[in-house]
Amino acid sequence: MTTATNNHSRSVAHHGDLSRRRHHHRVATVCVALLGACGVAFGAALSIGDVDVSLTAVLGALTGNADDGTTYIVQQLRLPRALVAVMAGAALGLSGAVFQSLLRNPLASPDIIGITPGAAAAAVIALLVLGLDGYAVSVAAVAGALGVTATIYGLAWRHGVSGYRLVLVGIAVAAVMTSVVSYCLTRSDVYEARQALGWLAGSLNAKTWPTVQILASAVAILIPLALLAGRQLRVLLLGDDTARALGAPVERARLALIAVAVGLAAVATAAAGPVVFVAFVSGPIARRLIGGDGTTLVPAALVGALIMTSADLAGQHALPTLQLPVGVVTAIVGAPYLLWLLTVTNRAGRGG
Amino acid sequence: MTPHPLAPSARPQAAPPPPAHPRRRLFLGLAGLGAAVVVVSVASLFLGGRSIDAGTVVDALLRHDPTNSDHRVVTDLRLTRTIAGLLVGAALGLAGVIMQGVTRNPLADPGLLGVNAGAALAVVCAISVFGITSAFGYIWFAFAGAAATAVLVYAIGAMGRDGATPVKLALAGAAMTTALTSITTAILLADTATFNEHRFWTVGSLVGRRLDLIVQVAPFIAVGAVVALLAGRLLNGLSLGEDTARALGQHVGRSRVVCTGAAVVLCGAATAIAGPIWFVGLVVPHIARQITGPDHRWVLPYSLLIAPVLVLAADLAGRVVARPGELQVGITLAFIGAPFFIVLVRRRRLREL
Repeated sequence: MTTATNNHSRSVAHHGDLSRRRHHHRVATVCVALLGACGVAFGAALSIGDVDVSLTAVLGALTGNADDGTTYIVQQLRLPRALVAVMAGAALGLSGAVFQSLLRNPLASPDIIGITPGAAAAAVIALLVLGLDGYAVSVAAVAGALGVTATIYGLAWRHGVSGYRLVLVGIAVAAVMTSVVSYCLTRSDVYEARQALGWLAGSLNAKTWPTVQILASAVAILIPLALLAGRQLRVLLLGDDTARALGAPVERARLALIAVAVGLAAVATAAAGPVVFVAFVSGPIARRLIGGDGTTLVPAALVGALIMTSADLAGQHALPTLQLPVGVVTAIVGAPYLLWLLTVTNRAGRGG
Repeated sequence: MTPHPLAPSARPQAAPPPPAHPRRRLFLGLAGLGAAVVVVSVASLFLGGRSIDAGTVVDALLRHDPTNSDHRVVTDLRLTRTIAGLLVGAALGLAGVIMQGVTRNPLADPGLLGVNAGAALAVVCAISVFGITSAFGYIWFAFAGAAATAVLVYAIGAMGRDGATPVKLALAGAAMTTALTSITTAILLADTATFNEHRFWTVGSLVGRRLDLIVQVAPFIAVGAVVALLAGRLLNGLSLGEDTARALGQHVGRSRVVCTGAAVVLCGAATAIAGPIWFVGLVVPHIARQITGPDHRWVLPYSLLIAPVLVLAADLAGRVVARPGELQVGITLAFIGAPFFIVLVRRRRLREL
């Protein structure tokens, strides 16, 4: 009898071990596949354009073995743009995945709960009211995101912060931020307003090396921090009480995760404008690819990078006459996906 | 914590009404609100960016002289926006009561649930893509957009184990709003002319609407308002919950369709006039319920009168605060409504409502 139970529990443990190993295997496969896809999109971004550059010529231009024209096109025009797309996409994907896991809700991405709108409002104020441009706008966007998050967190605080209160307060703050943006747009002349609207749609036009450098250094710090803090997510997912019982510093871990995720969303927004839906869909797509219920930060970042790069490619080249900013493409593709996603997740009872 | 305003304990079918709110006091309250509507309307005619003395305003209305620029400011700008504010306020206030009643959700609001954004996208499409310029033409788009969004958001929010919880509905609405707004932005980006005309409208504003457009939309609001005012009994039934309502002999499905239909017409029409306005439909029913208690037969007329006061007061505040420019009414309302919403959210037992 005892032996039988032991055998049984051992086989269960063995089975669990096996399925976990299989799961790890699948995660690894998905990550490699996503990396490959990102590589393809990146290569395409470097080679396709008004002047098509063959892949060998791209390699030549990157290593400095090509004629001046090709080198200029690849190194100065296309490479910075592609790098910003990859990094901003990864940052948004990661940020969205952290928020969605943390708040246990597939809809709670930074664009919905007020953080990206906060960054956008600060940037638009900097652009239109203060007349700033360049880095000052990026700094304003980051400051706006942080300020708005602090506000939301403070307003949602009541003997600790519960996920649903954070989400609802965030929605209200998002409404105010959107109003601020609209107000700034109505106050300025139509030409300036249209430029600001272009930024608001999220665009990768005319990204240069300085942007790449700033974004790269921010991302180089924030992504490892996010992955590090993300290890607490698994415990937090068990619910506050269980996590506390297991000795996890719940409020501190949550605050750290929020800070990193906000930082990621903020630097991405500062570099590329508030590109909608990348943060929103990356996590759920990654989860569907991998299966299972764990947190999926790395794949989500890769999905984000892939979406951003391919959306920008599509925006530039899908229509022969009109170039669409990347944010418009992600909106047009993202909106129907969002509906489908809402339907699926809510049917499974995970919508709130 | 105050008890849930829609709590089943206050059974409306049981005559007589609760003794705390005798009928006469409620009627007096309605009369008082009617007076308040008159007061803000008059203030809205007399106050503004340009100071025009009272005598001139009266002259402008009674002995109108089209060559006098002060007269024209009064009739073309102030009178128009006052009428717009009255209509939009009434429509959104009633729509808010209906939405909160039908979804049994204290956070329901035509703006938050994306219905106004749906109507706005449909109107922008009608103008930019189909080239329709008369309100009589694009209001049908507004209705269609509002109806489609309302049904979609509710269907999405109501899926899953525990039905349409406040959080799920609000998130579904916010996500939908983001999607619809970005598509609207995409259309406007490609079309500078429409953008220039409509960047004011997409904020939610009472300014710059032509009187003839408002007159075209007014009948729809009138019909929607009459249906809404008659729907108090249906909403009372629905607020008891589906099973109880059915047990009391109510056709639940039919009630829902009638009520939602009225709300959609009201939201579509209001959006066609003023653009997507948030929070009126959220705030007003709560204020009304504080006065009247949960009986929808009283909440509806109270909201009908409170909402225009709120909208016109917000519009006036926007004119006074940002002189010589002005703050669009949608923006002022967001700044008033968002804190109100946050206070509601911070009440502890929200989830159980």
